[in-house]
Amino acid sequence: MAVVPMKKMLICGLKKDRKGTLECLQRQGVLEISDDLQEDDTFRKMDVTKSRLQFEKNAEELSQAVAILHDYAPEGKGLAASLEGRKVLTWEEYQEKSAMHEKAMESAERLIALVKEIGEQKAELPRLAQQLDMLVPWQSFDLPLNFKGTKKTAAFIGTLPEGITAEQATEKIRTIAPEADSADVTVVSGSKEQTCLFIVCTRQQREQVNTALKEMKFVKAPLTSAIPAEQKRELEEELQKVKARIKETEEAITGMASEREYLKFALDYYTMRAEKYQVLGGLAQSPKTFAITGYVPADKAQELKNLLESNYTLAVELTDPGADEDTPVLLENNAFAAPVETIVESYSLPAKGEDDPSMVVALSYYILFGLMLSDAAYGIIMVVACAFCLKKFPGMEPGLKKSLKLFLYCGISTTFWGFMFGSFFGDAVNVIATTFFNRPDIRLAPLWFEPVSIPMKMLVFSFTVGIIHLFLGLGVKLYACLKNGQIADGIYDVIFWYMLVGGAIVYMLTIEMVTSMLGLGFTLPAGVGTAAAVVAVIGLVGIVFTSGRESKNWGKRLLKGLYGAYGITSYLSDILSYSRLLALGLATSVISTVFNKMGSMMGNSIPGAIAFILVFLIGHALNLAINALGAYVHTNRLEFVEFFGKFYEGGGRKFHPFAVHTKYYKVKEDI
Amino acid sequence: MGNLGVVLALLGAVLAALVAGIGSSVGVGMSGEAAAGAVTEDPSLFSKVLILQLLPGTQGIYGLLIGFITLTQIGIMGGSSDISLAKGTLYFLACLPMAIVGYKSAIRQARASVAAIGLVVKRPDQFGKAMIFPAMVETYAILALLISILSIFGIASLPI
Repeated sequence: MAVVPMKKMLICGLKKDRKGTLECLQRQGVLEISDDLQEDDTFRKMDVTKSRLQFEKNAEELSQAVAILHDYAPEGKGLAASLEGRKVLTWEEYQEKSAMHEKAMESAERLIALVKEIGEQKAELPRLAQQLDMLVPWQSFDLPLNFKGTKKTAAFIGTLPEGITAEQATEKIRTIAPEADSADVTVVSGSKEQTCLFIVCTRQQREQVNTALKEMKFVKAPLTSAIPAEQKRELEEELQKVKARIKETEEAITGMASEREYLKFALDYYTMRAEKYQVLGGLAQSPKTFAITGYVPADKAQELKNLLESNYTLAVELTDPGADEDTPVLLENNAFAAPVETIVESYSLPAKGEDDPSMVVALSYYILFGLMLSDAAYGIIMVVACAFCLKKFPGMEPGLKKSLKLFLYCGISTTFWGFMFGSFFGDAVNVIATTFFNRPDIRLAPLWFEPVSIPMKMLVFSFTVGIIHLFLGLGVKLYACLKNGQIADGIYDVIFWYMLVGGAIVYMLTIEMVTSMLGLGFTLPAGVGTAAAVVAVIGLVGIVFTSGRESKNWGKRLLKGLYGAYGITSYLSDILSYSRLLALGLATSVISTVFNKMGSMMGNSIPGAIAFILVFLIGHALNLAINALGAYVHTNRLEFVEFFGKFYEGGGRKFHPFAVHTKYYKVKEDI
Repeated sequence: MGNLGVVLALLGAVLAALVAGIGSSVGVGMSGEAAAGAVTEDPSLFSKVLILQLLPGTQGIYGLLIGFITLTQIGIMGGSSDISLAKGTLYFLACLPMAIVGYKSAIRQARASVAAIGLVVKRPDQFGKAMIFPAMVETYAILALLISILSIFGIASLPI
């Protein structure tokens, strides 16, 4: 249980070793580079933005290429892949694959070009389709559409925006231009909206016919020199060709699926190099030397120093970080407490000088979660599922592994409390025995008691758990005060509260009305009550006099003290808040009961059994999902609000070492 | 009219499930819209915003719980449904905290959830804190649930 102590490391080396040193540091991944060396006359920082941007661009292109391959040739891996974690490469494999990165870049560019080509080809399709559409009404016409007429005649080919017969059209032309009596109209095709017409007249009457047609909103046909039917065939051929080309291009892309691994590797390679160059840009360099500063966990510091000094010509200096430095925080805990590190981290990492609360959080987290879910069968399902995943995918990413372990332990606790409260898929044992075996006497007896039948007892138990939890939080604060030698603060801020809250609780237990309401079955004697009241009053007076102690002015101090004592109300609401243990526990068991009841409604028959199995599977899967989520959220809430409120502030910065932050591969190499 | 007791009691049970259920469905719907928006921005946020979306859903479950407990107590699910008018009225009253507080808190919690989803979109690392804000609202639904449960169990043993 601890925040890992950090050492500050200063590395000074010759420039010729720069690349090697950086790569070595990156692969070890234990040093967080700090950017605190200033430029001066000798030491300058190098401008590497250009190369870094190039690497980032390459990585971006590769990532696009991988996405393209994923679209056209999916890998067919789902959830399992995300559990498997990154592939492990040995150092030799890494070296061998590194040589391929330029080829991978070429493939990526080709892939991107191919996709662009597909895009362009696809844009062709609607254009061709539109042209085809325009030709459809002219299908039966056997002249080119741009036919203007012969030596003696003039021809008009086009459409009128209405349904019209040849006679009507001739009639109309004559009405508008009476002298144009030679106009001869042929209908090529027609519909309600438009009519395609072929009009011939003598050359002399061309102008008149033209004017008349204009007035009738005549639109000329699309100009082509080919005969429509032929033109259509050509267009269709072209359409087929474009489609074939798209298919070909797509096949070319799928054909490159085998290069996926190289692309992924190269993506990781360039991501790594980009990160390295970012560090390189922050380095202070003189013409012959370079210097790196950073934080390294104290237990790894010596090893790293030895490794660097034995491989390269450089000097390494280790110091303790100063008190005012922004030292990054790394948590390290035993197997029991490590899983809740993710929970602590999602609140806030411990600030400087604060202890890591993981151990105390772990102590209560599993218990609270178990109390809220409190069903033995659900617990067993969680344990089995998490254990299976942990066993099956040993290469899983550490964050995911921690979460699964968290739920594994929570599952154990859930199983325990499930048996204590006699819940196994709710009252499934009894329901199955009653419905299908006619044995209503068989039931899973609780090892302790059944909260549904004695909710008051469960409520009192919830409050008790809450009081212990809150006092544990205060205890941690006391421990921190004592450790830092602030004994007075420990007494003022913790002991007085213990006296006030503890005294008040004991005093309440001497009042018969309270104990009978809570169904405790005992009442403490009046003498204890007096003693408890005295203790509580001492605590209260102490709080009034001390909680405003940073003010010198006594009037102000007492007012602040009174306000501090008002904090007792927050203890009341904190304790009441633990009633959610009862509420969520009941929710799980009552909903299970509802589903069991629904399932058993069709009675003891074959369809009844089938209905029962269906309702049982769906209902309990749903119940487990919803209540596990509820238990998770509310356990977090109890830890964050009620528990951390008593002692923990947080605000530390996470340790973020210079390392290989890749997506698909990790390189195995031990110091 | 002799059966009015059980009618009132059932009305209470139904209201608890109905009103709290409406509240939760409105709430989960609201936060679902926000969650869908968040996922269009960044699909990897799915699991986080899903949790935030589901937070206002618990009131409906509590309503169901109260409704179900009442049904078993008044003999609708089997047994004798001979409830006096006084008892029936008491059951009805006992269901009200869950119905009303459940309804209002689900919607208010949903608004906190929507804001929390916005927070997670901008700062995905702050998920732990984002989850707490809506969870604070839920406290009051839990307190209402508590009073409803205790009342319902208490009424059974009253000699009226």
